[in-house]
Amino acid sequence: MSDAWEFFRSNWADILVHVEQHLWLVLVSITIAVLIGVPVGVLLTRYKSLRGPVLGLANIMQTVPSLALFGLLIPIPFIGGIGRSTAIIALVVYALLPVIRNTVTGILGVDSSVREAAVAMGMTNGQILRQVELPLAMSVILTGIRVATVITIGVAIIAAAVGAGGLGEYIFRGLRQFDNRLLLAGAVPSALFALFADFALGLLEKRFDVRRRRSGEKRRRHLLLRLAWAVPLALGLALVVYGAWRGAGFSTGEPQSETRERVRVGSKDFTESVLLGEIVAQMLEARGIEVERRFELGGNLAHQALTSGQIDCYPEYTGTSFVEIFKHEPITDPGAVYAEVQHEYAAKFNIETSPPLGYSNDFAILVRGDDARRLNLKTISDAARVAPRWRAGFGQDFMSRADGYAGFARAYGLRFREPPREMDLSLTYRALASNQVDLIAGNSTDGLIAALDLFQLEDDRRYFPPYEAVILARRDTMARVPALMEVLKRLSNAIKTADMRRLNYEVDGKRRDRKEVAREWIEKAAMSDK
Amino acid sequence: MSNTPDQDKAHVAFQGVTYSVPGHADAPVIRDLNLRVERGETLVLLGESGCGKTTTLKLVNRLLLPSSGEVLVEGRATSRWDAIRLRRRTGYVIQEGGLFPHFTVERNVALVPELEKWEEDRTRARVRELLMLVGLNPETFAHRYPHELSGGQRQRVGVARALAAEPSLLLLDEPFGALDPLTRAALQQEFAELSLRLKKTVLFVTHDLREALLLGTRIALMQAGKIILLETPEGFLKSDEPYAQAYLETLRVTERERTPLTWRDQ
Repeated sequence: MSDAWEFFRSNWADILVHVEQHLWLVLVSITIAVLIGVPVGVLLTRYKSLRGPVLGLANIMQTVPSLALFGLLIPIPFIGGIGRSTAIIALVVYALLPVIRNTVTGILGVDSSVREAAVAMGMTNGQILRQVELPLAMSVILTGIRVATVITIGVAIIAAAVGAGGLGEYIFRGLRQFDNRLLLAGAVPSALFALFADFALGLLEKRFDVRRRRSGEKRRRHLLLRLAWAVPLALGLALVVYGAWRGAGFSTGEPQSETRERVRVGSKDFTESVLLGEIVAQMLEARGIEVERRFELGGNLAHQALTSGQIDCYPEYTGTSFVEIFKHEPITDPGAVYAEVQHEYAAKFNIETSPPLGYSNDFAILVRGDDARRLNLKTISDAARVAPRWRAGFGQDFMSRADGYAGFARAYGLRFREPPREMDLSLTYRALASNQVDLIAGNSTDGLIAALDLFQLEDDRRYFPPYEAVILARRDTMARVPALMEVLKRLSNAIKTADMRRLNYEVDGKRRDRKEVAREWIEKAAMSDK
Repeated sequence: MSNTPDQDKAHVAFQGVTYSVPGHADAPVIRDLNLRVERGETLVLLGESGCGKTTTLKLVNRLLLPSSGEVLVEGRATSRWDAIRLRRRTGYVIQEGGLFPHFTVERNVALVPELEKWEEDRTRARVRELLMLVGLNPETFAHRYPHELSGGQRQRVGVARALAAEPSLLLLDEPFGALDPLTRAALQQEFAELSLRLKKTVLFVTHDLREALLLGTRIALMQAGKIILLETPEGFLKSDEPYAQAYLETLRVTERERTPLTWRDQ
């Protein structure tokens, strides 16, 4: 815990940036949801026939799992893509239902004798809405907004998966890097934020509760009311202005300066990919290029983002492209895989494949070091003998991909005590280290292998295709920014497997800052000179 | 405007009015109703629940429009009135008061003057005047909320609100219906005195014969959407109309039952 405290103390500035991103996402989404939801709710009270279909639609939208919704939005032109706009759209979709529903419930809940009196007094429809229905429904509407806000704060965590930033970055990173401090850095502020929002909006709600009004409170109530509105409003405004002033650090990607070249560097959502992305980014920056980092893109977001032009380059592995993108049966010759991948990227997507970086990150079948020593296990075939007594845990990726579990189990005749558990890749390391499972499929360059005393079994039947690391880059960007070409050339054959494992360990094992680790490597490998 | 002098004299006139709920044309709530309400009189609509008396009231301030026939207010058909204008010059009081729970007593009473954009001082003075008129001390009650009042006090505020913009026509729909008997009797008495002073035209809906006899200059007895008897209180007491007799019977039945009850108590 003191460890975590120390982490908070030394990283507070970075945490604040993420908190601010998170707040911004939530505030903008809730504001939009309220601006849409309340009028729609009012409309539904006027047109009864619309009520069922619209509420039903909002209901259905809310049941779509958040990660799936983000995924569905990515390929949609204009509103989709990676970054904040996608995240905000998804968050608004989630926040809409409680806002609309409570607006409808609140207004329909207004006593019919009050409404009748309002009509009979000669109030116009607008006056009835503004002076009678909305004020009387306000506490119910605010309950909806409060529920929506708390939901949004939670769902905004997922926004990190589409590159929108926020506290989710810490949580995803913490999961991947086996680092509780990062998990806490994401979870604690988010929980506090949710509690605070719940409390503050709850207070506001009570202020609008008609039954609580007392004649003596008149003046004080008005003052408090004004404050209750003014404080969040001012906070929100300040944040938005501040965000605008800070510039488009996480804006939707229009170039902000015409004078400097700008490259958007992406990465997949694990340490090694981020490190490579960071290395490319820093080397570009050293050459005077402005870089926008779009790291930690989950699933095949990186590929989609690259082909749709939302990022300019990202690190990839030839075997992954060969099997996953181009849907070939796995083969074992690294040269053949590279040649085919390079050809197809160029032909199909106008994307350039950099020369191999010098190492490959193959699937590594891992067991605990003491099991390997005790049972004298060297190869996967050795392990196949004891496997029926074992449990296995694999990442979603390994379970689903063509060169993953099904073919692997067939190749080695593997059977386990129970069907393998499917979980987040980073969690499999934890599960293995804590004896929850006995065999996992990790990455051969993973720093955690040494850190957790794991043993990599040899792929003695040569089942897994080679995964040589390369950088994929859009050809149009390379033509526009010669420095990118230069950087990719410099990185050719520059990183050995041992180097990569050590770099990964610096981050995952020693929990050092990724930028710092990347910078050290660049200096040491003399990449910084032109 | 183009009506006969005879119609001009009446404050409110129903001419062959039929009203049925949209989609239920075969079962009209009001059937071929003809009625003239003279200026300054208090006409009581008496009848059981569902006889159409509240509907009749709502046709006057255009909360409802007749299915056929016309309701004339000041000689002009309600369909030709601007609904908002008509309602603002017509006071309306309903059973539960219909006070706005989020407004103080003062703001509730000031509602129509504020809608009519009276000057603030004039509105405030009017609210004070009205609260005193209905027997509520402004110092004590002006800043209270409806839920901080008793049922009788709420009803007083309801009357004050209806009177605020000095309407010449008042519509009251069982205003004292939800009150306990003592408060009810007191308010009936006060209202009787008040209406004498105010000289307004009043249409008053009730199912309580005592109330009708006490307050009405004329009583219209309604049954199944029709007026079956239109009489002064004195005339009503002497009427041999069977339905009116049945109503009068309720008074006597109460008298007769008192004796055995007292006897049993001893």
